[in-house]
Amino acid sequence: MSLTRLMAVARKEVIQILRDSRSLMIVVIMPVTLMLLFGYGINLDLKGLPVYVYDRDGSQQSQDLLKRFQASEYFHVARVVNSYPAVTRALDDGHAKMGIVIPWDFSSRLREGGPVQVQALVDATDDNTANVLIGYAQAVVQGYSAEIQLDWLRERGETIQPAAVSVETRTWYNEDLESSAFIVPGVLALVMSVIGAFLTSLTIAREWERGSMEQLISTPVSAMEIMLGKLAPYFVLGIFDVIVCAVIAIYWFHVPFRGSYLTLLASSALFMIVVLSLGFFISVIAKSQFAASQIALLVTFLPAFLLSGFLFSIDQMPVALQWITRILPARYYVSVLKKIFLKGTPTAMLYADLIPLAIFAVMLALLATRAFHKRLE
Amino acid sequence: MFGRLKQMLIKEFIQTLRDKRTRVILIVPPIVQMLIFGYAATFDIHHVSTVVLDLDHSQESRGLISRFTSSPYFDVQRQLTDSRQIRDLIDRGQATVGLEIDAGFAQKLRKGETAPLQVIVDATNSNTALIASSYISQIALGFARDYQQDRIYRIAPQLMEAIPSVELEQRPWYNPGLSSRWFFVPGVIGSLTLVLVITLTAFAVVREREIGTLEQIMVTPIRPAEFILGKTLPFFLIGLFDVSLIAAVGTLWFQIPFRGHILVLLTGSVLFLLCMLGVGLLISTVSSTQQQAMVTAFFFIMPAISFSGFGFPISTMPQWMQYLSYLIPLRYFLIVLRGTYLKGVGMEILWPQMAAMAVMAVSLLTIAILRFHKALD
Repeated sequence: MSLTRLMAVARKEVIQILRDSRSLMIVVIMPVTLMLLFGYGINLDLKGLPVYVYDRDGSQQSQDLLKRFQASEYFHVARVVNSYPAVTRALDDGHAKMGIVIPWDFSSRLREGGPVQVQALVDATDDNTANVLIGYAQAVVQGYSAEIQLDWLRERGETIQPAAVSVETRTWYNEDLESSAFIVPGVLALVMSVIGAFLTSLTIAREWERGSMEQLISTPVSAMEIMLGKLAPYFVLGIFDVIVCAVIAIYWFHVPFRGSYLTLLASSALFMIVVLSLGFFISVIAKSQFAASQIALLVTFLPAFLLSGFLFSIDQMPVALQWITRILPARYYVSVLKKIFLKGTPTAMLYADLIPLAIFAVMLALLATRAFHKRLE
Repeated sequence: MFGRLKQMLIKEFIQTLRDKRTRVILIVPPIVQMLIFGYAATFDIHHVSTVVLDLDHSQESRGLISRFTSSPYFDVQRQLTDSRQIRDLIDRGQATVGLEIDAGFAQKLRKGETAPLQVIVDATNSNTALIASSYISQIALGFARDYQQDRIYRIAPQLMEAIPSVELEQRPWYNPGLSSRWFFVPGVIGSLTLVLVITLTAFAVVREREIGTLEQIMVTPIRPAEFILGKTLPFFLIGLFDVSLIAAVGTLWFQIPFRGHILVLLTGSVLFLLCMLGVGLLISTVSSTQQQAMVTAFFFIMPAISFSGFGFPISTMPQWMQYLSYLIPLRYFLIVLRGTYLKGVGMEILWPQMAAMAVMAVSLLTIAILRFHKALD
């Protein structure tokens, strides 16, 4: 292997990247775009959800209850309607997420005693929103119920202490429960999958498609030199993007960074080797650029997006799928990212993630080399 | 005209379906992605690993803990004796929730003071943390309510019959089991179709340009309109085939109910496919290589999926993102998909979405065709 020849291949690749302004754009703009999209776009902290109210009673008591809904920051009483179909229609067309229906005998039944039911019709297409809504509505109604009970007892000369349990929650590692803090570190894995596998597999598949790979092979350059020379520029770009992403995460989104920068770089380098090898391997086995892009999407981007724990927590997946995630490098990288950003886990305690990542890097690099040699023969 | 168009169509179908790999790509990845999405994409929480530290050792504290033990959302794994253990277990990721009841809990409850339940949540995944916190609050609330009822019963059992109370009768419509899968699966139909049709269209046209066959075709008597129609019609049909395929997996495998009218869904799908063809063609007119096409498509696809409300509610996004989302055809198609699948609504509700997609389809295709003419000149 000669360093001069390797550098020559790398230089050719760099010139090619620089000449293609759009590829260069993806390298520079994409990390920023993805960061902003996910940092701002993903938020499950619901507030001000539109609620329609149908008060069939119209009494002082029913208004008191509705005022409590109005006072809560989680609900926004969008409209007061006076028919049941108006509520169902609002749920159907999405103008309301919840409809509260107070029965016509609400106040009279309260006077008579015994339980009274208030209906909450919830649009549960989005189960998560529905769950949160029901929880908050439950809290409002219970608070109201407890108060009228105490009033009622007091009127009858019984003084009873209220019973209250306050939940004092401390959320560790992400104290303000900012969605961006837990999303943004994982975006690094996405960005690198795109650069490493997507862009790389396309570039090299193009050479195969156009036949320029054969030309390159007929020169004295060895297979190893071609592979390393072609991948080296993308490796540098990937690491550059990691730094860009980390800077945006820390200085723009104010995601805490509690671990070591060196570990971030080292684990990113490992993951970069993994995705580059995968990208190279895909380009070797795929005949066309279209096939390469679709395979790259399926084996790198999708797992990084869905199965890495980036968005959806792995321990809530079916057990079979949890096992599958174990053979996905992205899972280990995302885990490292979250730990060094949010938890500040010392590097020595990251072996459970770093060792598998290193094994993947070695195995996939060998696999790509073998496939390349085989294709050349 | 029809003769030439027919020849063109035959050529396109042969070209697209000749390659075994492409045939596989049109069928296997959509199904695999549907399955992964269906299983992995969930915000439901079940059996969240929980540890408990009870320093009060009272009947009350045990009563509260037993509510967590019997809840399907929490999996109480260990009873601890020292608050340092909580920190340690959460740090090592062996527990997600730590509950701590300090000495004096029961005493405070009996005296009518607010009794605190300390909760520590690992918020590296803020979704899980948010949802778990909401369930914890509901459990604590329920405990306080029942405790209060018990107390009233002990002090004045004769009043229990007559005491008024308000209950919330919750009716989660459209998705009574509150399942994430019902929410995600219809959405996956839209987003997978988007990725497939855009990349397929953009690639096919650019490929002809890249390898120079576009010029060859243009010297034949074929007119540009016939060429565009001949190019897009196959992808339209393939798109329709894939929509049906993915929808079939969703309905048959995941048993998502389909409550609307199939014609409404078909109308929506046709309009959406036309929009996506327009986007794909437009991308092809601004790209000279397949790699550029892929990069550009990627830049469109990522925001299109994130802004559409596919996984995360649009209402929690920043205002500027909410405005941008109106420009995304997928936003409207998702409402049609969820409307027909879960809500079972028809044109009387969905016409604004259909109209929006129709307007977008017409404008996108017009711009694409005009640009295409220019690109050929």
